[in-house]
Amino acid sequence: MTGGWRRQRALIDFAVANMARRRGRNLGLFLAYTLVVFLISGVVLYGDALRREARALLADAPELVVQRLTAGRHDLIPAGWTETLAGLRGVTAVQGRLWGYHYDPALGANLTLWVPLEDAPLPGQVQIGSALAREKGLGRDDVLSFRDAYGKPFPFAVAGTLERQSELANADLMLVNEKDFRAFFAFPQGMFTDLALSVRNPREVRKVAEKVLERLPAARVISREEMARTYEAAFNWRQGLLLSVLSVLLLAFALLAWDKASGLSAEERREIGILKAVGWETGDVLAMKLWEGGLLSLTAFLAGYILAWLHVFHADAPLFTAVLKGWSVLYPRFALVPEVNVAQLASLAFLTVLPYVAATLVPVWRAATLDPDGVMRE
Amino acid sequence: MIELLDVHKTFNPGRENEYQAIRGVSLAIEAGKVTALRGPSGSGKTTLLGLLGGLTRPTRGRVRLDGRDVSALSERFLTLLRRDTFGFVFQQFQLIRDLSVLDNVMLPAQPTGRSYAEIRRRALALLEDLGLAQRAATPSQWLSGGEAQRAAIARALINDPRVILADEPTSHLDSDLSQQILAILGRLREQGRTLILSSHDPLVFEVGLVERVVTVKDGVIVP
Repeated sequence: MTGGWRRQRALIDFAVANMARRRGRNLGLFLAYTLVVFLISGVVLYGDALRREARALLADAPELVVQRLTAGRHDLIPAGWTETLAGLRGVTAVQGRLWGYHYDPALGANLTLWVPLEDAPLPGQVQIGSALAREKGLGRDDVLSFRDAYGKPFPFAVAGTLERQSELANADLMLVNEKDFRAFFAFPQGMFTDLALSVRNPREVRKVAEKVLERLPAARVISREEMARTYEAAFNWRQGLLLSVLSVLLLAFALLAWDKASGLSAEERREIGILKAVGWETGDVLAMKLWEGGLLSLTAFLAGYILAWLHVFHADAPLFTAVLKGWSVLYPRFALVPEVNVAQLASLAFLTVLPYVAATLVPVWRAATLDPDGVMRE
Repeated sequence: MIELLDVHKTFNPGRENEYQAIRGVSLAIEAGKVTALRGPSGSGKTTLLGLLGGLTRPTRGRVRLDGRDVSALSERFLTLLRRDTFGFVFQQFQLIRDLSVLDNVMLPAQPTGRSYAEIRRRALALLEDLGLAQRAATPSQWLSGGEAQRAAIARALINDPRVILADEPTSHLDSDLSQQILAILGRLREQGRTLILSSHDPLVFEVGLVERVVTVKDGVIVP
């Protein structure tokens, strides 16, 4: 072991002993620090995971969705538009989609009925989202009955539940076949909710959208990119709101940390004087305090980050659900894909560890650069 | 050999509370001898000790150690010199609370880069020698006055300095304990170390330990 490392080790030993001597104060700081890192990291981790999830879901969405607007509102789209758009250059497929909402008074939630383009359930059957199955206590072969557009009971036999992995998208979803859908909503034949367009070259999506609007001025064209941006904006707004609220907490912690860590007591100043008098250089005192601040802030940071990680990825983040997922009766429960983003981790560490360490060093440096002879006069 | 050449020390210069503690002192301390600074409280003994031991710099004048001017050394080199050459025993012991006696004794050696085991061995040997081995793990604030002073002496010796500076080493002790401490200081002299004491305790001057007395009054040496 080299002299330099031995010296650092001795300084670390002393720093640890020093922290243990003021364990009440340091424990308080550690807990407050951990809480702040936990909350901020939690919001950042959760927001990022939701964005990732949304991006993954949108990867399967059509490049363009065309809706019809009547008086500025979404209206049913005639099947004839399909032929109109199929002839556009660059469009490889146009498919009419059927979906709609049904309010379930028992649940107090809006359910989404959707006709899948492939593998639709058999007539009289339904596949339901996990959240809906959970809330209603439904399993395979159970019967789910709603009142249709004419107010008559319309029973569906549950053929299965949808995968939990995609619960973000299917929490309130009911997959039905076309015949049942049209019958349930009294949805006119030859009409669709909207159209899904596949575009050969992803770089031509914008051009194709322009062409759609030229041919069908009453249409609204939504690209996958725009949907992604909308999700992004919604999550950013919510995350920003939560971080703004948390910034008050951060400020409170900063004041506490500044007061506790930077305000040297007379006793601490005396001790620094003793260290200097018995042969510690200013650099030794600073290094020891650096270790002290570094150990406390790093361990608190890691504890806070790990707790946030467990909270978000293994406990469904109950603290942030309401704000970040948005309001819902049928909250989706889905396992977010755990991911450690090194850049994000470094940024969080930079924003929390460095200010604390700096706050502790300045007053120590001031005390450590004074002549140590004050010790002799006390 | 430590020399002070026309040394002045002014605290808070240019301020309302400016105070001239030492006024043009020239003094030579002989190596291997016991020198005592005597004088009433506030006479400048402690400041003089601080100047001799490199704890503070003169406002004017020079301090020489073995013929080398140390008053102009950078803070870093002065600290290293202080650590290797001087051991300090402060008036109020100045042990760090809640730290064990052993840790307190090891303090001056911590940043030297010596191995922990070596420092610990030396600290335990010193505590054994001073009759404090059984108190090694005790927090320093639990020590009696005599024990605290012995722990402070052990701390002063950890880096094996050739000069020991002791500021009022018996001021907080009763006469029995004072005798014990003076006996320990006598042993240090026998080991060939230079001792510089400041005291106004008559006992220090009666036991035959001190070889030279320097009387200080109002910041000057009186013949």
